[in-house]
Amino acid sequence: MEIKKASTAGTLESSDIMILLDRGDNGIDIELKSSVLYQFGDQIRTVIEQTLLEAGVHNVKVIATDRGALDCTIKARVLTALHRAVETTDYKWGV
Amino acid sequence: MNKNILGVDVPESISGLGKLKAFNGKRFSGTAHEMPNIKNPDQRMSKIVDNLESAIHLSGLKDGMTISFHHHFRNGDYIVNLVLEAIAKLGIKNLTVASSSLTDIHRPMIDHIKNGVVYRIETSGLRGELANQISHGLMEVPIVFRSHGGRAYSIASGELKIDVAFLGVPSTDLFGNANGFSREGDNSSACGSLGYAMVDAKYAEKVVLLSNNIVPYPNTPCAIPQTDVDYIVEIDAIGDPKGIMSGATRYSTNPKELMIAKAAADVMEASGYFEDGFSFQTGTGGSSLAVTRFLKEKMIRKGIKANFALGGITSQIVKLHEEGFIRKLLDVQSFDQDAVDSTLKNEFHHIVDAHFYAGPGVEGAAVDQLDMVVLSALEIDVNFNVNVLTGSDGVIRGAVGGHPDTSAGAKLAIIVAPLVRGRIPSILDRVNTICTPGMTVDVLVTEQGIAVNPARQDLIERLNTAGIKTETIEALKAKAEKIVGHPNPIEYGDKIVGIVTFRDGSVIDVIRQVSR
Repeated sequence: MEIKKASTAGTLESSDIMILLDRGDNGIDIELKSSVLYQFGDQIRTVIEQTLLEAGVHNVKVIATDRGALDCTIKARVLTALHRAVETTDYKWGV
Repeated sequence: MNKNILGVDVPESISGLGKLKAFNGKRFSGTAHEMPNIKNPDQRMSKIVDNLESAIHLSGLKDGMTISFHHHFRNGDYIVNLVLEAIAKLGIKNLTVASSSLTDIHRPMIDHIKNGVVYRIETSGLRGELANQISHGLMEVPIVFRSHGGRAYSIASGELKIDVAFLGVPSTDLFGNANGFSREGDNSSACGSLGYAMVDAKYAEKVVLLSNNIVPYPNTPCAIPQTDVDYIVEIDAIGDPKGIMSGATRYSTNPKELMIAKAAADVMEASGYFEDGFSFQTGTGGSSLAVTRFLKEKMIRKGIKANFALGGITSQIVKLHEEGFIRKLLDVQSFDQDAVDSTLKNEFHHIVDAHFYAGPGVEGAAVDQLDMVVLSALEIDVNFNVNVLTGSDGVIRGAVGGHPDTSAGAKLAIIVAPLVRGRIPSILDRVNTICTPGMTVDVLVTEQGIAVNPARQDLIERLNTAGIKTETIEALKAKAEKIVGHPNPIEYGDKIVGIVTFRDGSVIDVIRQVSR
């Protein structure tokens, strides 16, 4: 998948995460700020990376500002931002 | 034989009485108030001195001594910063600061630590940037954390010797009868109870009062009596009224907190201690405070009343008292404006000092008469140990308060906590810092279930008989981890930045520097 434009999803509310995606050529480059960085930083990075890889994205710049979001929330915000970035509405809902 | 000044022959000594002192016409000797004659009709005795610098000078404060403060002005306190600034200017160094607690507003102390004025700190709690820097290794000597009862006990027993106490008071007369409010009208900086300051006033070598409100003599009934006071300094403001006191503490409207509060009240009702004449205390935190509202319904239904409520007194507790549901209030710290107003108008709203409240000595304290207490927790572990001091990132951000005192004293200690806060689970294998040992904790109530300390099989039986389901704390922990995952442990360095003492002064845990 190719990132066409910068996009965002999510909010800075407690228990949410704000994801900014932009074009990149340095693999999956994640800049993470989190209120639970020391306890869950690794896990948050893994979820973001896995979600992008599963969607077929290999080069992207990610700026994530986390306020203690659960994994399911992180995944949803990443996918939403991604759909906006590649300008598609071909949502594959379901689990 | 001696003649006294009135010409009476006074034997030098009498068998059975020992030496006798002949009246010399002088007032008394060796004190700051000495005057040549017994009466001085031109001058009214006063302990008010010109300014803070003179008071510090007169108090005899020197390098290496211990000074103390109280935290009744909470985050509105001006006293600590004002006094340390004055002491720094006088060039006095290497002091031990023993405050009943410290908050965000005491950030300027960072500089006084760096410039050598403050050598070490004893406190119940620590917050904000000061706490953050200390957690990162600012101080050479670790902080000593004491509970409210533990602090009072260490002062009363002489383990913690205070050389000079600097106590801000919302009213005093010229002789030092001081109160947390005023019966003369100006209550703009009122804080209600002065329970923590009363201990310092009683035991410190020298006591300096700072007040914006000098009222006519006698300012009685008083929390701090003139007999405990040496000097008084009049200042423009003792604190920011907005920070000293908030309005009425409102009931939480957070549905999760209300669920927890209701479950905790159910546990209290079924515990066997909910009988006419019972007593209780609620700690800070939304769930803990909200327990009161559910308790009232149950008291009406059962037709019972409480003999007393203890501790931090809140609007809700005052209301129950005024409606006749609680006979007496014992107040070491007034939490809101309604509680302050109540100290002024309600005859059975009784102010108690921290030693009376929670001192662990053999003589006993009010907490030992307590049936039930509801307390919050930042973390609790599978052995029911509770942390109220360090955050989930390992940084100091709380206060021990009366947590271990009330937990140890009460027949039933209930901990209320949400299963998770955001992504942080409340239940761990081992809390980051033990403040209250699990052996004094009886029940954990969360919105997702209730766990009883296995040492209290009697309680498990009573709750189950009443139809309240209980589960193991390990099962609750698993529920939390299913939602948020398993957090990485916090990385600490070797340096000890704080020691946490139990009520008797023994060390219950150490806090290490966070390493990032």
